Amino acid sequence: MNNLSLIIILLVLLAVAYQLGMQRSRKLAGGQNSASLHSRPHHYGMMVGLWAVLPPLFVMLLWNWFSPAVIQQLVLASLPAEILDSGEQAQVLLRRISNLATNFAVLSEAADWEISAANYLTALQQKSTLLLTALMFIIGALGLLVSYQKIRPSLRARHQVEKALMATLLICSTIAILTTIGIVLSMVGETLKFFSFIKPSDFFFGTTWNPRFSTAGVADGSLTGSQGSFGLLPLLSGTMLVAGIALLVAIPLGLMVAIYMAEYAPKKVRDTVKPIIEVLAGIPTIVYGFFALVVVGPYLADLGQMLGLTIRATSALTAGVVMGIMIIPFISSLSDDIITQVPKALRDGSLGLGATKSETIRKVVLPAALPGIVGAVLLAASRAIGETMIVVLAAGNSPSLTANPFEAVSTVTVTIVNQLTGDNDFASPQSLVAFALGLTLFVITLLLNIVALVIVRKYREQYE
Amino acid sequence: MKTVQTSASSTYSASPVQQQVVRSLKKRHRQEKLFRFAGMTAVGISLLLVALLFINIFSKGLPAFWQHGIELEIHFDPAVVKISEQPVLQAGESPQAFEQRHLAWRSEVGMVNFNRLIQDALLKVIPDGAQHRRDLARIVTSGERFALRDRVIANPAIIGQTQKLFLLTDANIDVWLKGNIDRSLPDEKQQLSPKMREWVESLKAEGVIQNRFSWALFMNPDSRSSLASAGLAGAFMGSLYMMLIVILLSVPMGVAAAIYLEEFAPKNKFTDLVEVNINNLAAVPSIVFGLLGASIFIGWFNLPMSAPFVGGLVLSLMTLPTVIIATRSTLKAIPPSIRQAALGLGASKTQAVFHHVLPLAIPGILTGAIIGVAQALGESAPLLLIGMKSFVASVPSSAMEQSTALPVQIYLWQGNELRNFFEARTSAAIIVLLGLMLTLNGLAIWLRRRFEVRW
Repeated sequence: MNNLSLIIILLVLLAVAYQLGMQRSRKLAGGQNSASLHSRPHHYGMMVGLWAVLPPLFVMLLWNWFSPAVIQQLVLASLPAEILDSGEQAQVLLRRISNLATNFAVLSEAADWEISAANYLTALQQKSTLLLTALMFIIGALGLLVSYQKIRPSLRARHQVEKALMATLLICSTIAILTTIGIVLSMVGETLKFFSFIKPSDFFFGTTWNPRFSTAGVADGSLTGSQGSFGLLPLLSGTMLVAGIALLVAIPLGLMVAIYMAEYAPKKVRDTVKPIIEVLAGIPTIVYGFFALVVVGPYLADLGQMLGLTIRATSALTAGVVMGIMIIPFISSLSDDIITQVPKALRDGSLGLGATKSETIRKVVLPAALPGIVGAVLLAASRAIGETMIVVLAAGNSPSLTANPFEAVSTVTVTIVNQLTGDNDFASPQSLVAFALGLTLFVITLLLNIVALVIVRKYREQYE
Repeated sequence: MKTVQTSASSTYSASPVQQQVVRSLKKRHRQEKLFRFAGMTAVGISLLLVALLFINIFSKGLPAFWQHGIELEIHFDPAVVKISEQPVLQAGESPQAFEQRHLAWRSEVGMVNFNRLIQDALLKVIPDGAQHRRDLARIVTSGERFALRDRVIANPAIIGQTQKLFLLTDANIDVWLKGNIDRSLPDEKQQLSPKMREWVESLKAEGVIQNRFSWALFMNPDSRSSLASAGLAGAFMGSLYMMLIVILLSVPMGVAAAIYLEEFAPKNKFTDLVEVNINNLAAVPSIVFGLLGASIFIGWFNLPMSAPFVGGLVLSLMTLPTVIIATRSTLKAIPPSIRQAALGLGASKTQAVFHHVLPLAIPGILTGAIIGVAQALGESAPLLLIGMKSFVASVPSSAMEQSTALPVQIYLWQGNELRNFFEARTSAAIIVLLGLMLTLNGLAIWLRRRFEVRW
């Protein structure tokens, strides 16, 4: 009897309890007229259903949480003493035993004691599910009976049901907090582990990035000299370079699009062009990366050759230009909203004094909208800094401290992807550094967002 | 400005100030035109960029939906396909024992030299093939022998028969025939030998090799040994599992959280904290969610690497803020009079919200949810960190098995060494992904237009 079938049984129990509770409340009320009840009959049904299902569900969760550890301890305790003393790790032993128990193939012939331990494990697991089923059944039946007995016309069933509902809603809204806590805790924990290998100052102020993929023996610290260097600065400069180019492309284009759309464009043009540009925002970043790699990079390289410059096909410029295209709709739609929010009276005043439309926009509307636009640009910058796939494909992945946009660079996000190659062995500084980089990224984008939000909020208050 | 007005009203003749104004007017109007022109240019450039992107992807990708194959008369020669009878369930036999026997039989079929069948059939259309055995073996892509095997397993009765089958040619032949390689390159730089090129050209002219719609692209999983038959089926299923998990987790949770925050939450520190958190989560780079998944779901909970289940969890957390924010703005737009009317008639607050406000908010909630799901569908960075970038050559049959996802498959294909072939194939995969995303977004827009109520 696995968890899924237990849950199905619980659902059936819920339906039965619901019907029972509803019928009893109807009967108590005397036939069809339920006006003498405090709550509607389905509230009574729901209340009985919840009492019948929630306690067993809770028991099941607890049981699933604790029983594997208990069973493991029991199995370990049953092993012959000489095996336990042989220095073999308990985890390794247990894995072999559980593989045997589930008929998985194991390396080398299984010893007698292993087979008996596997049998013991199977027996324990069977006993555990049997116990759990029985326990859930008893608790569920108890809950059903007690709540069924409690039904009176004066019982405030609706309040109980609504309380349960409220608790569910509250739990769902705390998921966001849990996620943030999860992000911070996981990254801070791994980052601290990383800093036990590498000094924080070497990380934050180091100017070379050369992590040298590790082999065994690094973890004990005897080979500190050959650990490679984990300097953040080349990555940070690469990130800033790419994001800077992206903003150089996106701010003029996005801003002019926003101004044109908000001030000049006739409604028809606005209604057709705006969605088309916003399509750019919905395109997956991997598609932009491919576009940069296959089209923009070679094109820029050819262009450079014509002008007598050496531009690499995968360079900060390529990644930056394409990332700029990506954030155009971001800047344009945010700025558009902000420009339209500027009160009409300001425009009318300026136009009435004889200023042309463009003068009004440049000297009156834009200064009024400036804080909001700055906020939009900061949000766009934080998106550019956190962007991954475009730079993975098009920035060239060469971590060097350079300000030349025609060179290949590497960024924080690219390095995270490269360092966390997919094995979940978080023991070497080579993979732990991904978390330190992630934390840096998280903090930078968080700061940018907070500043942007504060600016935007301040601005909004001005006109409200 | 003041000087302009006074001078204009006092004298009608052209005073120096007035002249200055008239002169400056020209300049100002020119500036106005320039400014307007700059705006139009920016819009034009943006539209051009959208067009460039789509034209490029489509012109590269559309040809890849058709692929060259060769029509061969395959004779399932009993002398080559020497296998025992297909086992049938016997009386008194346990299903496990039958399964064992059937498995043994299938591996026996797998040992048959199906390449021989293909080569024999090729010899019928290529008379001088026998002298160039090595070239002959490279014409049909290596994965097609498994297609023959599966045919035999599905119906052993075809042994001894001759069937007309359409088999995919090698990827390099497809590249050559589509003109995706410079034909003037010297022989040593060409992937195909001169002999093969000669055969392929004449077979194409005879109509034996044809360019047909490539079902392999949709029906097959990824492949590295037989590039021509690499397909999207595995990645598609992986993405489908993840989207199901996102829909099951993030939509109900997001809606519940939004309802709580918008309708019930008391104004206190805790509520503020939750709100600030949600706004920040919406702006956290997606790769950070990948780190979270790698360290918590895989590191602590020991969930399997590369599984769509873990990917779905990570993407759910990522889309949660989107769903919450969209739902909240929909709820906010519903006028308080609806709630007041319900409350006035004696409904409890819960009843007012769930019976009256929520039904009105459903179109808006659906729109937000669909946009969130579309976003999750196109996301690849966090998936790379939880191991979904490994090569998987099978279609996952559950959410716990190894798998890739559509955007990750694009990432994997763009890095393949056979660029001439995979550039087009990657573009085709991008078209599929974009098609799915635009359909979802279109659905969201349609829902909004169809059911939106303006209060």
